Amino acid sequence: MAVEDIGSGCSSSGDQEFHVLAVDDSIIDRKVIERLLKISLTAVESGSRALQYLGIDGERSSLGFDELKVNLIITDYSMPGMTGYELLKKIKGSTKLRKIPVVIMSSENILARIDRCLEEGAEDFLMKPVQLSDVERLRDFMLRGGEDREVVGCKRKTRDDSCSSSVLSCDRDHPLSPISVSAMAHCKPISKRSRLLATD
Amino acid sequence: MERQAAYLRNALFDQGYLDEQFLQLEDLQDETNPHFVEEVVKLFYTDSVRLIQSIELTLKNTPRDFEKLDKIMHQFKGSSTSIGAKKVKKECTQFQEYCNVGNVEGCIREFQEVKQEHAALKRKLENYFQVFHVVHVACKRSSLSHLHNDYSDAK
Repeated sequence: MAVEDIGSGCSSSGDQEFHVLAVDDSIIDRKVIERLLKISLTAVESGSRALQYLGIDGERSSLGFDELKVNLIITDYSMPGMTGYELLKKIKGSTKLRKIPVVIMSSENILARIDRCLEEGAEDFLMKPVQLSDVERLRDFMLRGGEDREVVGCKRKTRDDSCSSSVLSCDRDHPLSPISVSAMAHCKPISKRSRLLATD
Repeated sequence: MERQAAYLRNALFDQGYLDEQFLQLEDLQDETNPHFVEEVVKLFYTDSVRLIQSIELTLKNTPRDFEKLDKIMHQFKGSSTSIGAKKVKKECTQFQEYCNVGNVEGCIREFQEVKQEHAALKRKLENYFQVFHVVHVACKRSSLSHLHNDYSDAK
């Protein structure tokens, strides 16, 4: 099988077509996130529709995994039916999908919720309404293609400027060049959560 | 006309109808999406009709299902927040507080406030967008006529 046939991650990061799956029951928020991300995006209204799209809703999807191109999933937390947290668990519980980074959005600043999501493997937790500054961080991540990163677990600390990012490790899914540890040290913290801790 | 548009817009902020989220939406508007803000606002007003109807129905049923009311209002508040509808959002929060303590009269009263603010903002935004359109078209026309002149000169 030719290299270029494999999934979405084999080309260099500059050529990579990044595709996002956005999950939100609010049609307004779906429209805004689409405009915010300014990137190839599929928006669905529920967790169950997301699972259908991803091909793990229990039914055999006609789409093979190699054809499915989702590099990032961004989902609302509070949705009727399946919550974003439940969706996260299903994705992380699936061998073929668990490596896709998942970002959770919520309008409610509930620390237990945030912790739960991060511990379940969420890449980041954004407070709604999502703003351009949040997206800048996501875009950096997306443009880098979601490479390997180190875990520097600072989940329960209060805001500390010296604390480097609480970033979750991903196994190598796409053969892109890893960024060095020293480059990691200069990463901005995933500070939405620490901003929340600070304001509390 | 431009001044009028600016005046209307600033008044919406000064009078507390809109907050910085509206600015975020404006930041997302550009030449490729020149009516983005208006589209989002229109979407909000279309979508909120069903939420308002749903709350109205649920408020009529006895015993009141406060959990359901809170859930619907949560959605409504979320959308209001997304467009920067500051006063609407405030009334939504108040409504939810009444739900949390099971205060029926409070809910009913507060829901009227929600609807009033919702309608008031709609009128003001419609007015603002009308003026904005005129300004936008005028700008386009003048930039296009400028191009036309350039072309004629070049011939």
